[in-house]
Amino acid sequence: MALLEIKNLSVGFDTNAGLFMAVQGIDLSVDNREVLAIVGESGSGKSVAMLAVMGLLPKTATVTADSMTFDGHNMLTMTGKQRREIVGRDVAMIFQEPMASLNPCFTVGFQLEEVLRFHMKMDGPTRRKRAIELFKQVGIPSPEERLNSFPHQMSGGQCQRVMIAIAIACNPKLLIADEPTTALDVTIQKQILDLLVSLQVKHGMGLIMITHDMGVVAETADRVIVQYKGRKMEEADVLSLFESPKSPYTRALLSALPENATGDRLSTVADFMKNEAANAGVAP
Amino acid sequence: MSEVVLEGRNIVRDYHVGGGLFGKQKTVQAVKGVSFTLEKGKTLAIVGESGCGKSTLGRILTLIDPQTSGELLIDGKPINIAKDRVTAEMRRKVQIIFQNPYGSLNPRQKIGEVLGEPLLLNTNKTAAERRDLAMQMLVKVGLGPEHYNRYPHMFSGGQRQRIAIARALMLSPSLLVLDEPVSALDLSVQAQVLNLLADLQDEFNLTYVFISHDLSVVRYIADEVMVMYYGEVVEYGTREEVFANPQHSYTKTLFAATPKSDVESIRARLAKKKAA
Repeated sequence: MALLEIKNLSVGFDTNAGLFMAVQGIDLSVDNREVLAIVGESGSGKSVAMLAVMGLLPKTATVTADSMTFDGHNMLTMTGKQRREIVGRDVAMIFQEPMASLNPCFTVGFQLEEVLRFHMKMDGPTRRKRAIELFKQVGIPSPEERLNSFPHQMSGGQCQRVMIAIAIACNPKLLIADEPTTALDVTIQKQILDLLVSLQVKHGMGLIMITHDMGVVAETADRVIVQYKGRKMEEADVLSLFESPKSPYTRALLSALPENATGDRLSTVADFMKNEAANAGVAP
Repeated sequence: MSEVVLEGRNIVRDYHVGGGLFGKQKTVQAVKGVSFTLEKGKTLAIVGESGCGKSTLGRILTLIDPQTSGELLIDGKPINIAKDRVTAEMRRKVQIIFQNPYGSLNPRQKIGEVLGEPLLLNTNKTAAERRDLAMQMLVKVGLGPEHYNRYPHMFSGGQRQRIAIARALMLSPSLLVLDEPVSALDLSVQAQVLNLLADLQDEFNLTYVFISHDLSVVRYIADEVMVMYYGEVVEYGTREEVFANPQHSYTKTLFAATPKSDVESIRARLAKKKAA
């Protein structure tokens, strides 16, 4: 059985203008030792789907699904307390803005040890030892001193490493990375992606990469889901997606890559929408 | 040879940091002697990681910050804002577009006012003329006259970047400095904005200085490429030269770090992973 299995997930938000469906009937499964990439533009509901799994959505959201199981647990019926035991330990998440997701009032060491205290019930000295070990694993130089730093004293890439250290602190079975490198430079991006993939291989984790960058997908994924306006457009393994994309939307996304430019102009997704409308016989 | 719009000769910029009551003052050299020339209608891309001084250089070119030493020539005229007053005419020649379209527009200003303000400050045009010009510019950047009375929060990121471009073009500049104009945007929106920039360059014969860390975008848009590393230029040449035959080790690192999305490299990566 798959590590995470979701069938027919829908997420709606109650707004003044009525119900807004952010995710509409997504099926998804991830195995151990597998890297799944979810690609889409902003507003395609790729983050919302994963936040629903983590139970991190606000109260205005209504989540419905036929089934949502993680490692044998039914995520739909579990209580908040049960969920909190799993989230952070067996399934962890990394967010886009490393600076914004760390608490500026506490040292990074404190924030890392908090996870170990809560989930692993470790005592002080063991926690310290494990924290240093984790910092070494994610490649932060002189970890003993850096543990006492505050987030503002570290660079963006360093903060993202701290976030990764926190996420993998309890050896999770599944790691969800939501645009982990969007705010970073290419050279740092390369380091962070290499780090994530090497950790994934080493610990045999499942890894879900949420991104809008086809380059990141090409560099990391085994399997890819392309999402557009809350719907799944295509699911394929990474090679066949780049080699012979089935859905016209995927083709539109790929041709918007600057390196795939033919002639002077880049084709855009708007062109794709126009063609779609023309094919359907309605005005755009 | 066509006319040179922008020339830099050994431009240096120092920042003095610290130097409180007890602390010793330190000097950080953000830009260490940069020289280049740029012809009319061409695009120069400045590439480098954060902290390499590329935005500092952009600010010097836009006459926001003065250079510490070295010469800056715009349309052949030497200019140093630390010494001389900048004339309104000089200001009109160079405009800048910033990275974050959410931060660079005043949330309490309607789009019409955003576009009219450069004209109000720099020209003697009447309100009706300003309004007409603003409407025309909105259409040029792919928006409509109906957007004239809206506020920035009513627009998406890509639309806001179009507004920023429109504002920069209001004074018909000859040189546009683009500081990471598409790095905050989605892939397909990025394609739209890059297309728009290419169209406008053809229409107005604009010269671009394109600051970016994304090599795939640079390869698409640039005529000349300058790679900066810790304030120094480590590589400077035409796009073909730099991309075909990078000389400096940092440029090579940069190329190696750029994600490759062609089928061969994916195949190679998967094979490597299987073997491991």
